[in-house]
Amino acid sequence: MSDFTAPTVAWAQLSPVLIVLLAAVVGVLVEAFVPAARRRAVQLGLSVVALAGALVAVAALWSGVSDDGGTAVLGGSLIVDGPTLVLQGTLALLALLALLVVVDRTETGEDAFAPSASSVPGSEYEELARRKGVEQTEIYPLLLFATGGMLIFPAAGDLLTLFVALEVLSLPLYLLTGMARRRRLLSQEASMKYFLLGAFTSALMLFGIALVYGYSGSLRYSTIADATQEASGLDGLLLVGSVLILAGLLFKVGAAPFHTWTPDVYQGAPTPITGFMAACTKVAAFGALLRIVYVVLPGLDWDLSVVLWTVTILTMVVGTVGALVQTDMKRVLGYSSIAHAGFILTGVVALNQAGLTAVLFYLLVYGAATIGAFGVVWLVRERSVQPDGSAGAVLGEASHLSQWAGLGRSNPALALVFALFLLSFAGIPLTAGFAGKFAVFSAAIEGGAWPLALIGVLSSSAAAFFYVRIIVLMFFTEPAGSPEAEGAAAAEDGASGLPLDVPAAQVPAEQPATALAVEVRAAATTTTTVVGTEGFAAVAIAVCAAATVILGVAPSWLLELIGGVAQFLP
Amino acid sequence: MSSSFPWLTALVVLPLLGAVALWVLPSAGRNRTRAVALGVATAELLLAVGALLAFDTSSAGQYQLVETHGWIPAFGVSYAVGVDGVGLSLVLMSVLLVPLVVLAAWREQGSVAEATDRLRRYLALVLVLEAFIVAVFSARDVFFFYVLFEAMLIPVYFMIGGFGGAQRRYAAVKFLLFGLAGGLIMLVAVIGVYLQGPRGPQGFLTENLTGLTIDPTLEKWLFLAFFLAFAIKAPMFPVHTWLPDAAEQAPVGTSTLLVGVLDKVGTFGMLTLCLPLFPSAARWAAPVIIVLAVVSILYGALLAIGQKDLMRLIAYTSVSHFGFIVLGIFAFTSTSIAGSSFYMVNHGLSTGALFLVAGYLVARRGSQQIADFGGLQKVVPVLAGVFLVSGLSALSLPGLSTFVSEILVLVGTFARHPAASVVASLGVVLAAIYVLWTYQRIFTGPVRDDLASTPDLVGREKWAVAPLLALMIVFGFLPGPALDLVRPPAQVTLEQVGVTDVPASATAAEGSDR
Repeated sequence: MSDFTAPTVAWAQLSPVLIVLLAAVVGVLVEAFVPAARRRAVQLGLSVVALAGALVAVAALWSGVSDDGGTAVLGGSLIVDGPTLVLQGTLALLALLALLVVVDRTETGEDAFAPSASSVPGSEYEELARRKGVEQTEIYPLLLFATGGMLIFPAAGDLLTLFVALEVLSLPLYLLTGMARRRRLLSQEASMKYFLLGAFTSALMLFGIALVYGYSGSLRYSTIADATQEASGLDGLLLVGSVLILAGLLFKVGAAPFHTWTPDVYQGAPTPITGFMAACTKVAAFGALLRIVYVVLPGLDWDLSVVLWTVTILTMVVGTVGALVQTDMKRVLGYSSIAHAGFILTGVVALNQAGLTAVLFYLLVYGAATIGAFGVVWLVRERSVQPDGSAGAVLGEASHLSQWAGLGRSNPALALVFALFLLSFAGIPLTAGFAGKFAVFSAAIEGGAWPLALIGVLSSSAAAFFYVRIIVLMFFTEPAGSPEAEGAAAAEDGASGLPLDVPAAQVPAEQPATALAVEVRAAATTTTTVVGTEGFAAVAIAVCAAATVILGVAPSWLLELIGGVAQFLP
Repeated sequence: MSSSFPWLTALVVLPLLGAVALWVLPSAGRNRTRAVALGVATAELLLAVGALLAFDTSSAGQYQLVETHGWIPAFGVSYAVGVDGVGLSLVLMSVLLVPLVVLAAWREQGSVAEATDRLRRYLALVLVLEAFIVAVFSARDVFFFYVLFEAMLIPVYFMIGGFGGAQRRYAAVKFLLFGLAGGLIMLVAVIGVYLQGPRGPQGFLTENLTGLTIDPTLEKWLFLAFFLAFAIKAPMFPVHTWLPDAAEQAPVGTSTLLVGVLDKVGTFGMLTLCLPLFPSAARWAAPVIIVLAVVSILYGALLAIGQKDLMRLIAYTSVSHFGFIVLGIFAFTSTSIAGSSFYMVNHGLSTGALFLVAGYLVARRGSQQIADFGGLQKVVPVLAGVFLVSGLSALSLPGLSTFVSEILVLVGTFARHPAASVVASLGVVLAAIYVLWTYQRIFTGPVRDDLASTPDLVGREKWAVAPLLALMIVFGFLPGPALDLVRPPAQVTLEQVGVTDVPASATAAEGSDR
C-alpha cells in the first residue's frame, strides 16, 4: 500500500467548468429546499449567474493562455489551451442566450415545458397539474449539467474523460427532449429515439476506445498520438477504433450517415431546448472532434481522410436535399443544421491552422443564428378561433410552413429578423454566415480539399432555395384563410415546388363534415399569431440578430482574436 | 475641386440613406414617397456628374477617385473603390437610368392618386439596388466585387418576386438560382486566386492579383469559374435561359435595371477581372468564346424574331447584343474593346428606352402579347415615334450612338477574326427584321376598335424616355467625349492581356458589310 499523494489541481484553470457544475448541484438542492413559489426565480438567477460567471472565468484565463499556450490540468485529463477557451466561451455565451429563451413565459404564464413531465399525456393527473400551474423547475439544473458536460467535452485530454463528458452532456438532453408542453407524444417519442440511438453510439464509441487502448496501451491523447507514429503491426485495431470514436462524435454533430435522429428530435423537443441543443451540442462535439482529428490522429490522416471526406460530402448533400422536401419549420431547421455540420466538417478536414480558426468562428456564428431562429419559432404560435370568429387561446408553435404565410405583413419586425437568420444560414454576403462559410471554404481550398469546397458551394446554392422559399412565404404569400388567399390559391404557380396546405391534423376529428367544409374549417380553426411574452426571448433574439449583422459586416476582430490563440496543446 | 472628397463612397451611401428614409418614412409623409425617391435619385445623378468633373479624362486608363480602407484584414479584404473610364461611364449610365425608372414606376405600382406602401417598398429596393450597382462598377477588390455581385441578387429577387407578373415567383427563383450557382462557383475561384497572390491584409486588391504567375492548368480552371459566373450574368448562350423569364415577369422598371445595368456587370467583370487576372487563359479560351458570342448574336436575334411576348422579345434582343459586347472584348484589339465598352453604355440607354416604351404600351393594353396590338400609329403618334427611335437604336441605325459602338466592335474584330466579324454582321440584318416587323405588327395596319381610344404619352412618360433618346442622338453624332473615356482603358487591357494590337485598317472598315 503506497501512500496516497493528493494530486495538485489547478483550480483556476478549471473554474469555468466548476462554476457551472457547482451551480447545477446547488440547483438540485434548491429543488429540495426552496418553496415552489420562489423556485423559478431562484433557479433563474442561479443559472444566469453561473453561465455569466463561466464567461467571466474564461475571459480571466484568456491572457494567461494566449501568453503561454495553455496547460494540462488534472494530470492531463483536461487540457486548457486556446481552442478550449474559445469553445468554452462560445458555449457559455450560447447557453446563456438559450437559457433566456428557455425561461421565457407567455402572457398567460406558460413556459415550453410540461407541467408534470412524468404523468401520462392526456391523463387526469396532468390536467390537475396544469390547472394548479405547476412548473418543472428541474429543467434549470438539467440545463446546467448538460452545459457542464459540454464545457468538459472539448477540453478532455484522455478518452475516458471524453466518454464521461459525453454522458454528462447527453443524459440531461435526453430528458429535456421529452418534456414539451405541447405534442407530448411526439416529444416523448423523440426523447426515446434520441436515447436509444445515443446509447447505441455511446456503446460503439466505448468499444472504439477499448480498441485504441488495446493498440496504444494508454487513454491519454498525447501517448496515443505518439503511438500512432510507430508501426506496431496492430494498425487494424487503431483504424477500427478511431473510426468508431469518430462515429460517436459525428453522431453528436449530426453528420450523415449518423444524422437520422436530428430531424425527429429537433421537431419533438421543446423548441427552446431544440435551440440549445442545436447550437451548444454542435459546438461541444465539434470541439472534441477537432482535438481528436488535429491532436490524436494526425498520423492517420491518409487513412482517415477517405472516411472524413465521404462523411463531409454525404452530410452536405443529405442535409440540403432533405431540407428541400420538408413542410415543418423545425424539421427544415433540423436538416439545415445537418447541412451546416457538413460545411463545418470541410473546415475540419482542411487540417490546417486556418481551418481551426474558421471552424471556431463558424460555430459561434452558426450557434447565434440557430438560437435566434428557434427563438422566433417559439414565439410564432397557433391561436384557436372561436365558433363566433373571435380569437381564442394561444396554442403551440405554428411549425407548419404554411402557417408562416403572411407573417411579414402582420409582424414585419419579427419576420425581418427571421429572414436575417435565414440569409445568414444561406451564407448571403454581409451576414455572419457568409463570413463563416468563406472562412471554412478558403481553409479547405488552402488545405487542398477544393473538391469539398466546390460541393459545399453547390449545396449552398441549393440550400439557398429553401431558405429563400421561407422568406417568400413570409413576405409575399397571403395567409391561409384570408380572402386574398382564396383567389391566389388557384393562381399559385409551381415555383414553390411543394404543397403547403394546412395539415390535416389540425382539423378537429370529431366534427363530421364534407370534404369542402373540412377544407374551410382547416383554415378557420387556427390562425397564426406572435405570442406576447415576458420578453426574455426577445432579448436573446435581438442579441443573436445583432451578432449576425455585426459579425457579417466586421468579422475581422473576432477572427484575429480566435486566430491568436487557435493552437492545440500537443 | 476637392480631390480628397470621397465621391464614390458618397455615391454609394446616398441611395442607401434614401432607401432607409423611404423605409422609415412616417405615415404622415407617405404621400411624398415619389418626391423623396425622385429627389434622391436626381441628387445622385448630380453627384455623379460632380464625380465626372473631378475625373481626369486625360488619364482615363488609370483608376481615379481611389479610396482604400481595410475591411476584413484577417481575410485580406479591403473596401477599395476607384473607377477608370469604363467604370465611370457605366456608373453614369446607371445613375441616369434610376430616376427614369422611378418616374416610370409612378403608375406601375399602385394608382396615381395615392402612393401606396407597395410603391414605397419598391422604390426603396430600387435605391438599395442603385447603391450596389455603383459599388460593383467601382470595386477594386476582388472579394468586395464578389460580395456585391451576390448581394445584388437579393433586391432584384424581391423586385421580381414581390412586384412582378403572374409567374413572378417562378421567374424570381430561376433568376436567383442561376445567379447564386454562378456566383458560388466564382467564390471558389476567388479564394483560389487569392491563394496564388501575395496574401496579406490587402491580398484581394485587384492590382495585387494582376500579373501573377499561375500554373497554366490552374489558371484555366480559375478563368473558367469566373467566366461562367459572368456569362450567366451577361447572359450568353447557352446559359441565358433565365433572362427571358425574368424580363417577362418583372415590373418594367426592374427589367430596365436588370437588363440595362445589372447584366453589364457580367461583361464588365469579363473586361476588368477575367482578362487582367488570367491573361494567358483568356487567350487560350478566346476562340471558343468568340464562337459562343457569334452563336449568341444569331441565336438571340432569331429567337427574338419568333417571340410573341413583347418583353421576351426585348430580352432576346439583349442576348444578341451581349454577344456583340463579348465578341468585342475577346477579339483583343483596342478598337473592339473600346467599342464593347461604349456598347455597354449604349445598350443601357437603348434597352432602357425600349423597356420603358414597351412598358407604356403594356400599361395601356394590359397585355404583353404583340398580337393584341395593331394600328396604333394613328392613335398614339408620339408613342409610336418614341418606340420607333428606340427600336432603330436597337438595330444600330447610323446617327444613333449604338451604330458607333457596333461598327467599332465589328471593325475591330474584323482585323483579327474576319470570319467571325462577317458572320456577326448578319445579326444586324436580323435586328432589322425583329425591330421593323415588331413595329409593323404593333403600330401599322387598320386601327383596332378596342384600341381606338388609347391615350398618348403624358408629360411624365415623355420625360422618362426623352433623356435616353437625346443622349443616343448626341453620342451618335458626337461620340468623341465618350470614346475618350473608354479608349485608354482598352489600351491598358490589351497590355495586361499581352496581345499586340491589330490596328483596324481602312480595308477592314470596308470589309464589314455596312
